[in-house]
Amino acid sequence: MSNKLSEGTIVKVSGPLVIAEGMRDADMFDVVRVSKHGLIGEIIEMYGDKASIQVYEETAGLGPGEPVVSTGAPLSVELGPGLIEQMFDGIQRPLEAMREQVGSNITRGINVNPLNREKKWEFKPVVKKGVRVTTGDIIGTVQETSVIEHKIMIPNGIEGTIEAIYEGEYTIVDTVAKVKKDNGQVVDVQMMQKWPVRKGRPYKEKLPPDYPLITGQRVIDTLFPIAKGGVGAVPGPFGSGKTVVQHQLAKWADADIVVYIGCGERGNEMTDVLIEFPELKDPKTGESLMKRTVLIANTSDMPVAAREASIYTGITIAEYFRDMGYSIALMADSTSRWAEALREMSGRLEEMPGEEGYPAYLGSRLAQFYERAGRVVSLGTEGREGSLTAIGAVSPPGGDLSEPVTQATLRIVKVFFALDSALAYRRHFPAINWLQSYSLYVDRLGKWFNENVARDFMELRTDVMRILQEEAELEEIVRLVGVDALSPTDRITLEAAKSIREDYLHQNAFHDVDTYTSLHKQYRLLKLIMAFYYKGQKAQQAGADINSLFDMDVREKIGRAKYVSEEKVNDDFDAIEKELTAQVEALVSKEVE
Amino acid sequence: MLKEYKTISEVAGPLMLVKQVDGVKYGELGEIELASGEVRRCRVLEINEDKALVQLFESAAGINLADSKVRFLGRGIELPVSGDMLGRVFDGLGNPIDDGPAIISEQKLDINGIPMNPAARNYPSEFIQTGVSAIDGLNTLIRGQKLPIFSGSGLPHAQLAAQIARQAKVLGAGNKFAVVFAAVGITFEESDYFISDFKRTGAIDRTVLFINLANDPAIERIATPRMALTAAEYLAFEEDMHVLVIITDITNYAEALREVSAARKEVPGRRGYPGYTYTDLATMYERAGRKRDKEGSITLLPILTMPEDDKTHPIPDLTGYITEGQIILSRELYRKNVMPPIDVLPSLSRLKDKGIGAGKTREDHPDTMNQLFAAYARGKEAKELAVILGDAALSDVDKLYAKFADAFENEYVSQGFEEDRSIGKTLEIGWELLAILPRGELKRIKDEYLDKYLPKKENEEKS
Repeated sequence: MSNKLSEGTIVKVSGPLVIAEGMRDADMFDVVRVSKHGLIGEIIEMYGDKASIQVYEETAGLGPGEPVVSTGAPLSVELGPGLIEQMFDGIQRPLEAMREQVGSNITRGINVNPLNREKKWEFKPVVKKGVRVTTGDIIGTVQETSVIEHKIMIPNGIEGTIEAIYEGEYTIVDTVAKVKKDNGQVVDVQMMQKWPVRKGRPYKEKLPPDYPLITGQRVIDTLFPIAKGGVGAVPGPFGSGKTVVQHQLAKWADADIVVYIGCGERGNEMTDVLIEFPELKDPKTGESLMKRTVLIANTSDMPVAAREASIYTGITIAEYFRDMGYSIALMADSTSRWAEALREMSGRLEEMPGEEGYPAYLGSRLAQFYERAGRVVSLGTEGREGSLTAIGAVSPPGGDLSEPVTQATLRIVKVFFALDSALAYRRHFPAINWLQSYSLYVDRLGKWFNENVARDFMELRTDVMRILQEEAELEEIVRLVGVDALSPTDRITLEAAKSIREDYLHQNAFHDVDTYTSLHKQYRLLKLIMAFYYKGQKAQQAGADINSLFDMDVREKIGRAKYVSEEKVNDDFDAIEKELTAQVEALVSKEVE
Repeated sequence: MLKEYKTISEVAGPLMLVKQVDGVKYGELGEIELASGEVRRCRVLEINEDKALVQLFESAAGINLADSKVRFLGRGIELPVSGDMLGRVFDGLGNPIDDGPAIISEQKLDINGIPMNPAARNYPSEFIQTGVSAIDGLNTLIRGQKLPIFSGSGLPHAQLAAQIARQAKVLGAGNKFAVVFAAVGITFEESDYFISDFKRTGAIDRTVLFINLANDPAIERIATPRMALTAAEYLAFEEDMHVLVIITDITNYAEALREVSAARKEVPGRRGYPGYTYTDLATMYERAGRKRDKEGSITLLPILTMPEDDKTHPIPDLTGYITEGQIILSRELYRKNVMPPIDVLPSLSRLKDKGIGAGKTREDHPDTMNQLFAAYARGKEAKELAVILGDAALSDVDKLYAKFADAFENEYVSQGFEEDRSIGKTLEIGWELLAILPRGELKRIKDEYLDKYLPKKENEEKS
C-alpha cells in the first residue's frame, strides 16, 4: 500500500462518474475527495494514470481542472458502540447528526464522523492484565442500549498479552487496553475499529443453518421457514407488500439485532421505521424494538453511487455484531435498486452490457453479497457462535420474474417468498403465494419444530400444503363444471383450504394482536383449523350433511381465533375445540337418527 | 463578463457538442445566442477535458455552427420564486405567459432541488378529504403522499384530477392550501379544461400553473415538472402552505427523457427508456412529503397514461415502485358509465392505514375498508363464474356477493364528477352495501362495530 497521498485533477464529469488523471499512486477502491467541496468518491477503475471514480454525492458544478485527493484507504465503516438506534446513509454518515448540522436537506460535502466521538461509554473489562489474547477475543463490554451489550473485541491482526486494561467511562477513541505483541511492540486498543466494506469479516468456521428464525408471521414460520444464517428473497411487483413483509420481519424476527437497509426506496418508509419502531415492544425483551435496530437509508432521491455502497455498509455492520456472538437479521429493500445503481455506473463506464443492460458481473456480485450471510464460529479463543440471516427484496419490472436480478437472486437464495399481485388485490396479506414459494430449509428445520413446538407440527404442515395444492386442482374443476359436481370429500377439502387461507395465512400487520403470532399459537390455531377438516371428513363419511357442516356456528369462532391474545390462547382454543367436537357430533347423530 | 464560445462542433437531435471550453462545470446552464439575436437555453450533460456535451431545452432549428455563440452561466437552472406566483401562468421553463408582470423574486432556487434527509421527514398521517368515495373510503389520500393516477388514453383522468383539486380539503388548514399544476406535453384542450375549471370555481387564485403544451419543445418537458416542484417546495416549506401538485402527463416526460438518452447513444433499458429512469423519476416524486420542523406539505398527484392500458409498461411500473400507491382508472367501468371509473381492487394507497380510523376519520373505517375490498373481490369472482356457468351455478351466498358487487360499482364508486361526499357519507354508503351480505360473512369487522353501525334488516329476512 502506498502511503503518500496522490493528488490528481478532474478531466471528465458525467453524472456520478468522474475521471481524474495523475492518480498513478492511488490504489483500486481507494476513497478519494473530489473537488474543493471534498465530495466523497471511490476509485472503481484504473487506466494507467487515469482513475474512474464513482462519486457518492451530487456532482453538478464540478468541472475539469479541479483537484482529486486520495485518502489512501478503502471505503470503510466505523464499528463500535453508538451504532444501534442510528440511521446512516449509504456511506455511514449519521443522518440525524447531518440534520442538526445542515438542516432538513442533504447538501454536499458534509463531513461528519459516523460514530459519536464525544460520547462516553461505561467500559467494563472482562480480561485481566497478563492474559493472552488474539484477534476476536472479547476484552470488555459496554451496555450500549438496555438490550444490547456491545462486546469490545481485539481488532484484526493483533495478538499478544494484555499489558494494561482500564475500567470506566471512555469515548470510542480513547485507549481502553494495551496489548504487547510477541515482538515486544505495544499497541493501543480502542473501542472503535474500522473495516473495509467490500471485504467480508473473517470467521473461524461456517456452520450449516440448523435453527429457524422465528418471525411470528404464520405463513413464513409454518409453511416457508427461514433458518438463522439463511438467505431469502422476497420478489414481487409493486403493491404486493414487499416492504410490509420486510418491515414485519424487521419488527418481529427473533434476532438479537436487526440491520435494515433501505436501498433506493421511499424516504417515507424509513421515516415510518424511525417513528414506529421506538414505540413497538420486542415480544422477547419487552423493550423498544429500536434498541436493537440499525438503519441504513439511501433513499431513491439520494445519489445513486452511494446506493451501490449501502448494502455493503449494512452487511459489514451486521457481520461485526455477528462476530460478538449475536444472531442478526439483515433486510435489504430493495436489491433491484442496488442492481440498477450497478447498471448505471456500468453504463457510464461504457462496459459491454449483459442482459437488459445489467453488467455481466451482476450475478457474481449478488452471490458475493448473499454469501456473507451464514451461521459461523467467530474468531477468538472462545469459539462464539453467531448468525447472520439476509433477506433481500427484489422489485422485478412489471412483476416479471424472468428478469435478470430475480433470476440471479433465485440461483443463490434458499427461501423464496413469491409475492402475488392477485392475492394483494384481494387484500390477502401477506400476499405470499403458497404454491410458488418454497423454503429449502424445511427438511433441516423440521426436526427442530417437532422437538420444540409439537411432535405433529411437520405432519400438520404437510397436510396443509397438500390441501392447498388440492384446492388449486379442484378450483380448475369448479371453474369448468361448478362446485356441485364435486364429491363431499372434495368440498370439505375446498372449505378447509378456504379456512386455511382466510383464517390462518391471512395476517393483518396492522392489527395489535394479529401482527405477531407465537409458535405455540400458530400450532394451536393450525390444529384447530385442521380439526375442522379431519372431523368434517369423518362426519361426512358417517353421513352428515356437508352444508350443515359448513354452517356450524363454531366456524365463525374459528375464523376469529387468530385475534385471540396470546395469554388466552390455551383456554379459548380448548373451548372452541370442544364446541367443534360437540357440534360435529350433533350433526352425525342427527343423521344416524 | 462571461466567456462566449463560437466553437459548436456538432448538433444532433437535442444534443450539441462545444469544443475548446474552459472552466465549464457539469450540470451548468448555458445560453445559445443565434445570429438573429434569439437566445435559447441548454444544460451541460457531460464535460470531457475541453469538450462539453450540451442538451438543448428548445428546438435546434436555426442553430448555425459558425454563427451561433454559447455562454455558460456558472449556475444550474433556477426558478425565481415568490408568494406572488399564486394565480399566475408560466411556460414550461418558468417564464410568465399570462401578460402579467415579471415575478419579483425573493429568491432563486435550483430546480433540481436537494435530496431530503429521511431523518428530517415527518411521516404523512393526516387525512385529505377529496370527496370521492373510492379514494376517501378505500384508497385514502394522505397529506404529503405521492399518489399517481394511472389512466389510459380517452379516460376521464382530467376530470378526476380537477375534481380532486377542487374538492380537496385539509381539516383546519384554512386558506393555507394551494395547487401547483404542471402540464407536460398535453394538448391545448386538455390544459384549457383545467384552466377554465380552476377559473370557474375560483380555485385559480390559489393555483400556480406551468404549461408545456404538445407543440412546445419536447426537451423543455424535462424541466417543467421540476419547475413546478420547486415552486411547490417554496410554497410549502417557506410559506407554510399545504400544496397539492398535479403533473400531467408523466408519460410525455419519460418520452423526452428517452429522446435525450437515445441521442446520447446510451444502452437502453426496457422499451428503450434509459436505465436511470427509476432514479430520475424518484428525484421528482420524492420531493413530495412533510418535514419535521415545517408546517407545510407537498402532496403529489402525477397523472400518467398507460400505453395500451398496460400496467407493466416501464412508466407506470417504475412510478408504482416509487409512489405510495396508485389510483387506477378502468376502461371497463368507463364503458359501464361508472364515473369516476376507479378500479378499486388494483388501486392502493399505501399510507392510508396511518391516516384513517379513530381520531382521523372514524373508528370503523379500517375494518369496513378491508371488508368492502374483500367482498367486492369475491363478488367479481362470483360474477365471472356466473358468466361461464350461468347464475344457477352460484351458491346463495355467491349470488348475494354478485349483487353486492353491482351495487358497489353503481352506488359507491359511481358518484359523478360534481358530487362532493363527506367521509361520513362515504362510510354510511359502505355500511348500507355491506348490509346486503349475511352478518356471518363480515369476518373482517370487529363485533362492536357491527353492532353499532350495521343497518338492521329484519324486514328483508321475513319476506
